[in-house]
Amino acid sequence: CWYHLPEEKLVSNRHMAMEIKASLLLLIFLSYAIVSFSLYEDQVGLMDWHQRYIGKVKHAVFHTQKAGRKRVIVSTEENVVASPDLRHGEIFWRYVLGTKDAIDGVDIALGKYVITLSSQGSMLRAWNLPDGQMVWKTSLHSAQSSKSLLSVPINLKVDKDYPILAFGGGYLHAVSAIDGEVLWKKDFTAEGFEVQRILQPHESSIIYVLGFLHSSKAVVYQIDPRTGKVVAQKSMVVPGGFSGVILSVSSDKVVVLDSTRSILVTINFLDGDISFHKTPVSDLVEDSGNAEILSPRLSNMLAVKVNKRTIFVRVGGEGKLEVVDSLSDETAMSDSLPVTDDQVAFASVHHEGSKIHLMVKLVDDLDTVLLRESIEMDQHRGRVDKVFINNYIKTDRSNGFRALIVMEDHSLLLLQQGAIVWSREEGLASVTDVTTAELPVEKDGVSVAKVEHTLVDWLKGHMLKLKGSLLLASPEDVAAIQEMRMKSSGRSKLTRDHNGFRKLFIALTRAGKLFALYTGDGRIVWSMLLNSPSKSEACERPSGISLYQWQVPHHHAMDENPYVLVVGRCGSDSSAPGVLSFVDFYTGKEISSSDIGHSVVRVMPLPFTDSTEQRLHLIADTEGHVHLYPKTSEALRIFQRDFQNVYWYTVEGDDGIIRGHGMKSSCAGETADEYCFTTKELWTVVFPSESEKIISTLIRKPNEVVHTQAKVNTDQDLLYKYVSRNLLFVATVSPKGAGEIGSVTPEESALVVYLIDTITGRILHRLSHQGCQGPVHANWVVYHYFNLRAHKYEVTVVEIYDQSRAENKNVWKLVLGKHNLTAPISSYSRPEMFTKSQSYFFAQLVKTIAVTSTAKGITSKQLLIGTIGDQILALDKRFVNLSQAEKEEGIIPLTDSLPIIPQSYITHSLKVEGLRCIVTAPAKLESTTYVFAYGVDLFYKRLAPSKTYDSLTDDFSYALLLITIVALVAAIYITWVVLEKKELSEKWR
Amino acid sequence: MAPIIRSSPALAFLVLQISLIFFASTLPYSSGSEDSYTITGRVKIPPSNVIGHLSKFSNVKVILNGGQSVTFLRPDGYFSFHKVPAGTHLIEVSAMGYFFSPVRVDVSARHHGKVHATLTETRRSLTELVLEPLREEHYYEIREPFSILSIVKSPMGLMVGFMVVVVFLMPKLMENIDPEEMKQAQEEMRRQGVPSLSSLLPGAGASR
Repeated sequence: CWYHLPEEKLVSNRHMAMEIKASLLLLIFLSYAIVSFSLYEDQVGLMDWHQRYIGKVKHAVFHTQKAGRKRVIVSTEENVVASPDLRHGEIFWRYVLGTKDAIDGVDIALGKYVITLSSQGSMLRAWNLPDGQMVWKTSLHSAQSSKSLLSVPINLKVDKDYPILAFGGGYLHAVSAIDGEVLWKKDFTAEGFEVQRILQPHESSIIYVLGFLHSSKAVVYQIDPRTGKVVAQKSMVVPGGFSGVILSVSSDKVVVLDSTRSILVTINFLDGDISFHKTPVSDLVEDSGNAEILSPRLSNMLAVKVNKRTIFVRVGGEGKLEVVDSLSDETAMSDSLPVTDDQVAFASVHHEGSKIHLMVKLVDDLDTVLLRESIEMDQHRGRVDKVFINNYIKTDRSNGFRALIVMEDHSLLLLQQGAIVWSREEGLASVTDVTTAELPVEKDGVSVAKVEHTLVDWLKGHMLKLKGSLLLASPEDVAAIQEMRMKSSGRSKLTRDHNGFRKLFIALTRAGKLFALYTGDGRIVWSMLLNSPSKSEACERPSGISLYQWQVPHHHAMDENPYVLVVGRCGSDSSAPGVLSFVDFYTGKEISSSDIGHSVVRVMPLPFTDSTEQRLHLIADTEGHVHLYPKTSEALRIFQRDFQNVYWYTVEGDDGIIRGHGMKSSCAGETADEYCFTTKELWTVVFPSESEKIISTLIRKPNEVVHTQAKVNTDQDLLYKYVSRNLLFVATVSPKGAGEIGSVTPEESALVVYLIDTITGRILHRLSHQGCQGPVHANWVVYHYFNLRAHKYEVTVVEIYDQSRAENKNVWKLVLGKHNLTAPISSYSRPEMFTKSQSYFFAQLVKTIAVTSTAKGITSKQLLIGTIGDQILALDKRFVNLSQAEKEEGIIPLTDSLPIIPQSYITHSLKVEGLRCIVTAPAKLESTTYVFAYGVDLFYKRLAPSKTYDSLTDDFSYALLLITIVALVAAIYITWVVLEKKELSEKWR
Repeated sequence: MAPIIRSSPALAFLVLQISLIFFASTLPYSSGSEDSYTITGRVKIPPSNVIGHLSKFSNVKVILNGGQSVTFLRPDGYFSFHKVPAGTHLIEVSAMGYFFSPVRVDVSARHHGKVHATLTETRRSLTELVLEPLREEHYYEIREPFSILSIVKSPMGLMVGFMVVVVFLMPKLMENIDPEEMKQAQEEMRRQGVPSLSSLLPGAGASR
């Protein structure tokens, strides 16, 4: 997955005695015909769900003038441009732009096109407002990286054309809104001029372009919008320079802060003249510190943040500033909005207890409050981050207001008439880590029969199903069946079930919020925003890094709740102090949280638990120390016992070094902390930096289950898999090949893959692919890369076999016990091994690879391939089975490329936009596994790679079975009666 | 002044060289716009009678070099990538319901950005960059409509069919056998004491 590097592996030399079972089941599965996992259209939504998100909103533009659908256009931090409906919040249309195509500005032109400026001001696109079809696209010239700016003048018309002005990369472009033609461009690269604001005074045919030169000189260009010629130019050096944004308060005035952040400079440029007026912030408020101009655009007024207060400063006629109001720090404000012909209003939102207060005031007269609403708000949404307002005319001709607010947890809400009309949990568009949790055990008193109806209802339901399966059902029947399926008993109940189908997925988002998603229908059971334990200023809101299962009770499952450990960090820097939080899986309540006082580099769950079933965790910090959690003497005692057997590794990607570490001693000498330990370096693998660069590392899944070590080859040979989990997969490419696909020739690039033992640092296997390059996406051990010679993507499978057990082929040896299979395997030993590998072409780029995991590892595995089209393809492991390449007996014909069967897309006709990661978890039932995929969208599916061989499917028709039994009994009875009569008559004869 | 100028052809050369170096160093910058080209192509999707394909272009993404750049289609199906350097590139088309072969695109620096395209799946080279799907993709199994034939063909159906044959056709066959032979056979069976079905049924035994 993209968000975090693979965690290191911890090892103990606990002897793993592997039992060998001649697995008849395996043979049965092998003899199965190829079952591609496929789906009927009416089964959609039975075992899967899909949720569409857009991400944290950056800009929003309302489009409500015309009758018809009221909508809003938003652009988000996930590079999404979308149009949600204002009534219900569902998405009309949505586009996810490329990862390097961040949106800088969005606006509406001509009342029918949505204009987006992206890629640092070098890409301008127009989308059709009603259906989102892209109308035109223009690539703008850019020479350097600079901030970008989009301006759609409202009433500027040049020869039947409506120009859009876009600045980016040192060039100012005027682009026709109708067809995207570039009308003119102005080169500012030579001067290094950065446009900050484009203004068009009313009734003026001249546009004013304001900006800074090297942030010390303010320049105003007057440009003729027809030709792009500079009509006049004025500049003035401001000693001290500028900092931050320029804020236009009216059509001829802008305000900016100087570089000391203590003087406000008002720039007046009436009729081409520029004048400056400086006002120290200390004149406005006493005891001022560093000031910050807030971004909302208010007319003739600006909001400045000083000393944790927000002050409103009115800009007078000659640039005179005066303070008119001051508010608390936690107030979010919207841009101003014309309400009537001469009145302008703006909205402000602030928190008070569990409520938020929304106020719409007139800019000219702050005492006139047009709207005052208090709305109950969930505490776990945090503070209000952004506000966008829009007005509408009520039936009584007064003004009504609706406000779109973005909260700290990235959620998007629409407020109207004192209520939350709709809300969208957009935090889920940036999931960083996912873990699974069991639901609580069903306790006495909770009736199961409630959901099951009477026998008659049950039979009726099954009769309907039977009709459906015989395709005799009428459309009404079909609808009834579908409804019945959707609310079938199992899906709505939040308790543990026998098959383990019902579970919770706990997702941690970038905003530091935890969500518990119910696998049945994808609803959010609880959500929780992480809080800083100390409420300190430095760390108001920690960001979440990863999740671990802290305590999973088995002995007292009835009366103890499991806990999840959330590891967070104050700030984005890796040396920032960490925060631990313990959250109840069932209720979402934070049990405790603590500042741990050291940084978090790695978190290593140990294979030990204490008497309360709390799992021991080690946390490594930047100083080379590791810290043991939980900090109890019992945990310390358990850890001391296996102190010498704990190893881990670190990867220094930039230097091309992989280091193995072991424990040294308690760091009692340096600190009094007895849970802190020092480490020692055990081994290093250094890759030659001139020829190899690490691009991917991966470890085996710690919870992977191998049912049988033995594998029967097609030539009746017995092979033993190498089952050690202390393996690290490392892929390196030549430094030249680390770039993009088009940037290198086949001769220059080579891909090398290593398998390294993380205990001893021994390189077990090295495989080199000439003429190939990254990006490499791997899963144990199937990896995907690009072959430059064939110009195709390739997938390679590597299997590792243990040579030391290879002699145990003789049946007599096994029978007489003269085998070494029960001999313990030690991680320190150096077993002989051999590897086999095979490469296939694959027609699509792969974003991520996952493998299904089941409870016992008996069920055959499927590779889950996240493709470039954001779909997930399930590929049976047998397609990449190595033995079939060696013998003709292969079940699947040997090909040089992996097949893409459309029916085996588990996402069927859906897309998981922006797919980043696929997580699989086993169900209790051996045949079943869960798949949870996240990106901008979320997708969940319950999958049975070899079909549900151990349980009846949902579609199983009990009615048919009953009818058959009844019919058979009746037939037996009738035939018996007939026979009786016949025999009797025969005897009379 | 004059002697300095006269006596310093080396200096002049040096100045020339420095200016050349300077000029040379500005060269890649000025030719930067010439080095990058625009790839323009078209995606053609055959008209389909499947409902919901009216807005088929709005869900199509064209991807350059595995995500380096992503673009969408204009209403007429055209797409373009800007600022692409000369070299070999890969274009992939992601469209729900269709499978497109990735396309290898060689942008030639010598021929001013002339584009040569080859489908990597079929190794067919394209004269112009018009991308058509290799095949349609159906993500769902189609439910077979209910028919007698499908039931007959199923293993259960075959078994039932066999039973029917035994029950109804065998007596007919028996009729064709010579009645005397039949009697003989029946007698033989009786001698061997083959239990009849009625004696097997517990109720039948009791009623006798």
